[in-house]
Amino acid sequence: MPDIISVTKLSKQFRDIKAVDELSFTVKEGDVYGFLGQNGAGKSTTIRMLLTLIEPTGGEIEVMGMNLRTHRKEILRNVGAVIEKPDLYKYLTAYENLSLFAKISGVKIPAAKIKEQLELVGLSERANSKVKTFSQGMKQRLGIAVALVHNPKLIILDEPVNGLDPQGIADIRNLILQLSKSMGKTVMVSSHLLNEIELIASRVLIIDKGKKIKEGTAAELFDPANTIIELSVANPKEVWEKLKQTGWKDSLYLTEGEMILMKLHKSNIPSLFKTLSEMGAEIYSLSPRHSLEDYFLSITTQNRHVETFAN
Amino acid sequence: MWKLLQIELFKIYKRPRTYISFAAVLAIVSVVQIALRYDGQSYIGFMMSGLSDTFEFQNEKVLNGYLVCFIILNTLLIHVPLLVALIAADAVAGEANMGTLRLLVSKPISRTQLILVKFTASVLYIILLLLWMAVLALFVSIMIFGTNDMVVLRNDSFHQMQVNDVLWRYFMAFAYATVAMSTVAALSLLLSVFAENSVGPIVATISIVIVLTILSEMNIPLYDKTVKPWLFTSHMVAWKGFFYVKSTEDGETIRGSVENLPAITRSFSILLGYIILFTGLAVLSFNKKDILS
Amino acid sequence: MKIRLTLFLLIFTSFVKGQEANDLLKKVRGKLEKVNDYVASGKMRTNVIFMKVPVASIKVYFKKPNRLKIKNESGISLVPKGSISISLNNVLTADGYTAIDAGTAAIGKTEVRVIKLLPVDDNNEVVLSTLFIDPVRLLVLKSKTTTRDNGTYELEMSYNKYADYALPDKVIFSFNTKEYKLPKGVTFDYDDGSEKKETNGKPKKGKVELSYSSYIINKGIDESIFK
Repeated sequence: MPDIISVTKLSKQFRDIKAVDELSFTVKEGDVYGFLGQNGAGKSTTIRMLLTLIEPTGGEIEVMGMNLRTHRKEILRNVGAVIEKPDLYKYLTAYENLSLFAKISGVKIPAAKIKEQLELVGLSERANSKVKTFSQGMKQRLGIAVALVHNPKLIILDEPVNGLDPQGIADIRNLILQLSKSMGKTVMVSSHLLNEIELIASRVLIIDKGKKIKEGTAAELFDPANTIIELSVANPKEVWEKLKQTGWKDSLYLTEGEMILMKLHKSNIPSLFKTLSEMGAEIYSLSPRHSLEDYFLSITTQNRHVETFAN
Repeated sequence: MWKLLQIELFKIYKRPRTYISFAAVLAIVSVVQIALRYDGQSYIGFMMSGLSDTFEFQNEKVLNGYLVCFIILNTLLIHVPLLVALIAADAVAGEANMGTLRLLVSKPISRTQLILVKFTASVLYIILLLLWMAVLALFVSIMIFGTNDMVVLRNDSFHQMQVNDVLWRYFMAFAYATVAMSTVAALSLLLSVFAENSVGPIVATISIVIVLTILSEMNIPLYDKTVKPWLFTSHMVAWKGFFYVKSTEDGETIRGSVENLPAITRSFSILLGYIILFTGLAVLSFNKKDILS
Repeated sequence: MKIRLTLFLLIFTSFVKGQEANDLLKKVRGKLEKVNDYVASGKMRTNVIFMKVPVASIKVYFKKPNRLKIKNESGISLVPKGSISISLNNVLTADGYTAIDAGTAAIGKTEVRVIKLLPVDDNNEVVLSTLFIDPVRLLVLKSKTTTRDNGTYELEMSYNKYADYALPDKVIFSFNTKEYKLPKGVTFDYDDGSEKKETNGKPKKGKVELSYSSYIINKGIDESIFK
């Protein structure tokens, strides 16, 4: 598959802050490319550089084989984006917004096609309502319709599920999968929520403080050998000490309040259960965790034993 | 470019705030017309008091549609920059505030085009606003007060034009006012580029216009020859120059004449210069700007 | 004695001269008396330093003894106050003047008699009038009127077609104008950067020139005109 986005040593310096630091990555055609990082990691800056909103201080961006600096218009004609909150013209209707942005995108789109787009995002009944009357979720869907209306090859979604209720999140997730699987689009999705990305992304890039931490397929990154589990028991101090005496010693990770965190291979969870019950520990819950912080914890090479209970 | 302009005009047309200006003009013009309709004679008496010691004249003829329009323009045109700023200062900053700017700029259109289109749209808005003003202040006043010779009082002279030597002056004056207001629009647009919401640039534009207008109107010898000739506000009132006539040696008004056309042309060029400067700076800064809104 | 004699002679001759002056005035007045009313059409040209005014087409209405109205049928005209004395009747028909002969003078090539009129009433608005009369044609060619409040007016008249009625074809009315200045804040002028003519604050002379093309004499005028 050819590269859709190819970024080389991309940097952005804002006065004394290095927002993006020599970042390189490639997005291949047909990917759902997950772009992970905590808030402030440089995701938005990177995306804005891809969309020519921010001028890079260093590095090169190629999209669809063309240099972004020299072929800006050709590239942007084939890109659709939702950047952070999908803000639109509040005083215009959904239909007006959509047709306005279609025109700006440089394609002639018949009214029927615009209605079809509204249908796709489930807004056909509100086509003639002003956007100021819309809920956050409706705005989000309309924003996506705006990103899709000119039939772009590449779709960039910056934190598309922010502020949505669970149903809204599920809707967006399904829409992304539909775009990729049945419409053959390349989608780049940024998020600070690992579990969201894990569910949809074929390839993932993780950045922190503007630097690349890891890039690869989802399977490579979410290595079951490094699963973080969260254990809640009646007497955590005692259980921690007891586990220290067993073969689970190296899996003990750290404590967080009354929780014990452990890092182990997913397949070892049943036997951990066994050990715990043999110890007579009263287990409230035991579950794998899916936050980005945990992920960062899981990929750090050495386990840090923070023995907070020891004191 | 034309398509972009259409879009920009469509946005202006759809915004409720666009119509505030039209309503404001209607309100101000009506208030002045009503006042002059019922108490115009005493106003004329006051206005002409410098002459009434020496001359007798017919107040009711002096107060005609042409003079009423002149009075309205004198009071109104000072405030029109506010209405212009309301739209022009919002052009970029308003979109930044609404969050649509990032979407707009990530579309396959150049930033230069975007600024030029926004400026053009503001100018078209100004033209419509001034046409509206012309209809109300000139044609409605003519309907209410009729027409007659027009008298214009300057601080040191008195100009009288014959009734059929006035209308063309208004066409010129309105055309000139369009350029003057476009200067304000260009300034607003420039300030708008730097802001993330429209209140800042609106207030800034108005403040600049007010401060410079005060400087232009004050008689301070230190500024008269140095600063004032270069303030754009000094030249914004040059539309009045079309109502200053030339006379023969014997003091007879020369029909169709303008007292100091070169000065008007000069003022016009200075305003054009400012428009180019402000718009150029707006284009430059907008092209360099990182869109973080 | 000698002084007394001289004084007597002086008074006597001036009395005789005054008598002559009165006779002349009577004749001139007699000529004016022929006109009960008139409507004159003509052009008015205003020449005042600070004013730029178009030539106005005007009608002048007059009715005995001293009613006068200048009307501009279409445009605006600024008529100088005191222009009532454009009509000589105002000066001549009123009683209560002492006429003094002040010798002769020349206006152009015409030799004229100069007669000064002093009002008997000290509170009269007019302080002094001087008339320059062509004794042959019995026409007043020039008059100077000094008023208490409005300065001095001057009238210069030339006669042609209507000389028989003592009605001039052309009248130049000169008067004093006050310094004209409006505060800048009131006018919000456009300052075009041109040098302003320095005014020295002295009263300025203004002129209004009336050229009559026709008179309609003694055809009666409706009273309402003068309101």
